[in-house]
Amino acid sequence: MKISFPRMGYSYIALKWLVENLGHECIVPPEPSNHTLDLGVRYAPEFACIPFKILLGTYIEVARMGAEAVVTSGGMGPCRAGYYWVMHKYLLEEMGLPLKIIAMEMPLLNLGDFWGKIDYLRRGGGVSLKELLRVLKVTWAKVKAIDDIEIRAHQVRPREVRRGDTTRAINTGLDYIDAAQGEEEIRQARQEAMDLLVGVERDDERQPLKIGIIGEIYVVLEPAANHYIQLLLGEMGVETDRSIYLSSYTRKNTIINLEGDLFAIARPYLNEAPIGGHGVNSIAETILYARHGFDGVVQLAPFSCIPEIVAKSIIPAVSRDFDIPVQTVFIDEQTGRAGVQTRLEAFVDLLQWRRERRHKQGKKVFSI
Amino acid sequence: MYKVGIPRSLAYFVYLPLWKTFITELGHEVVESPPTSRDILDRGVKEAVNDACIPIKLYHGHAAHLAGQCDLLFCPRLVSVRKHGDFGSETFCPKFLGLPDMVRLGLKDLPPLLDTRIDLKPFGSGNWEVARDIGQRLGNSMARCRRALRLGMAAQRSFRSLCQQGMLADAALEAVFNGVEPTRQTGTKQDITIAVVGYPYAIYDPYINAGLIKILQQQGVKIVTQDMLSERELNRQNRKLPKTLFWYFSNRAVYGGLHFMSEGQADGLIHVTAFACGPDSMVDRLLEIEAKRHGTPYLPIAVDEHTGEAGVRTRVEAFLDMLRYQRRRR
Repeated sequence: MKISFPRMGYSYIALKWLVENLGHECIVPPEPSNHTLDLGVRYAPEFACIPFKILLGTYIEVARMGAEAVVTSGGMGPCRAGYYWVMHKYLLEEMGLPLKIIAMEMPLLNLGDFWGKIDYLRRGGGVSLKELLRVLKVTWAKVKAIDDIEIRAHQVRPREVRRGDTTRAINTGLDYIDAAQGEEEIRQARQEAMDLLVGVERDDERQPLKIGIIGEIYVVLEPAANHYIQLLLGEMGVETDRSIYLSSYTRKNTIINLEGDLFAIARPYLNEAPIGGHGVNSIAETILYARHGFDGVVQLAPFSCIPEIVAKSIIPAVSRDFDIPVQTVFIDEQTGRAGVQTRLEAFVDLLQWRRERRHKQGKKVFSI
Repeated sequence: MYKVGIPRSLAYFVYLPLWKTFITELGHEVVESPPTSRDILDRGVKEAVNDACIPIKLYHGHAAHLAGQCDLLFCPRLVSVRKHGDFGSETFCPKFLGLPDMVRLGLKDLPPLLDTRIDLKPFGSGNWEVARDIGQRLGNSMARCRRALRLGMAAQRSFRSLCQQGMLADAALEAVFNGVEPTRQTGTKQDITIAVVGYPYAIYDPYINAGLIKILQQQGVKIVTQDMLSERELNRQNRKLPKTLFWYFSNRAVYGGLHFMSEGQADGLIHVTAFACGPDSMVDRLLEIEAKRHGTPYLPIAVDEHTGEAGVRTRVEAFLDMLRYQRRRR
């Protein structure tokens, strides 16, 4: 079967490997472009959030490229994302596109259904159970390696001497991961990619501003949806840390990892969790970034995203109490790259000014 | 004795009989905010986060209006009212879940909030847990709480039964509290039946939907809404969907729409939706596609702070003209 999936950041490298090694043909979803968004906007409801529109556009594109099925995620709400696949199915039916949607609901809620769908994919590709487990393990290793490389790249970029070196290095590194076939090869590829990034000529004298990036998972993870915000900030000389990585849940070394703690941290401000999506997380993450001495936080969210609107209405209080500036960027099909860039530049200027002012005040205190 | 304020928005239109009777029977005074006006709407638009939907802004307006008039503001956190849905996890829109915090942090000079968490999904006696919590906060005895809850539930039941006899919720509220003789919908001649589905706070707030209900009644339309159906009739529609929605009010609107379409009771379907409502972006298109498949004429009416009476009237009249024309041709 020709199978495709939604594109989210660089995860397509791992998912492509997964689909191919389950014995199916993989239609790699193209990077979301203006064309993708146009298609999505044409057929999607007006007030659907931007991930819905991009995904719909992607589905139409892959269907035209010959895909027979897409594997996607379900959910139990109350965020709309859990209902995406149902609406996508309705809309594709209306368009007359014969694309089958295989939605993976949460295994904890309905293990039978989850396993049934995995097993359907496994038998369709003619892969044994043992092989399936191996393939899943390797895929996970790829996801983790990709995230490791990305995290490092965002630390290196603000210090690079020649603009673009880091981006070139990470692209080559991801190609290594793409070509790796087993766990051992992935380990080596990861090491080589890291070496490339370490080899980027840096100016370690710089003390870049640090900005935490929080918000809704899709626009945080997919650079094409957030106008390459981390790249933009990196090239402005800002170090960024992102709250969400696909492999976050198994990590201990990132700032943001344990979900339960996040709910407890947010409780003084939002006494209910979860409220769907990453709403509560955004509030807690703002607090965490403030505690870790970050200079500012950028909240990314799709226009009309319900949980993030709740978060946005509460974040001003958090920002005031913890003295950390927060810039919210709502993204929709009208958002232009120049607009995002201007707002970010102004925000970075503000942070720079705050840092200098604090520095001066610090000196004064000592001189007295 | 406290003065407890209840904003006239959101769940007010379906749960007021229970809330008001309960609080009054506990010996406290209930202060309701006045019907929505330009003033209240403007206030809400000013105070609420600018990306919020109109109903949430409106709620902020009503809450702000009550500030200074009451000792406590009743703003319950509605989490769930039943165990329903594919995973038994039906809840409310995230904005309902975060509402007390949004209001508390967004508005200044508010009285303390009575923000009891209402989550009836896990327990059998959930109503009692909620009643006890409110009673404790208001300093009432348990016996008094129990009695007040019983009377509140009775008022709620009679409200429900009036609705199911074909009364619109606002008329039923009037009948429950003021003892007005329950009047059936009467008009000049009712030659057409239209199902109006949507959220109670969009349908029954005449200011925000520019008097849609009145316009329909003037045009000789018999109105049916999802609130006139019994739980059983509504929940039966569940099977027709690939997956239930996650939100209580949305499920009711969709089930209601599906019921009227499949039973053929209604000549047309009007969906009242609020501008920038998250769940409605799904509900609206779902109903539109289902209406097309059922062959039922469908009119979505999106309301926002700029909705004018003339705009709604024009669309409704055109819709009715089309329905009557179709009927004559048949």
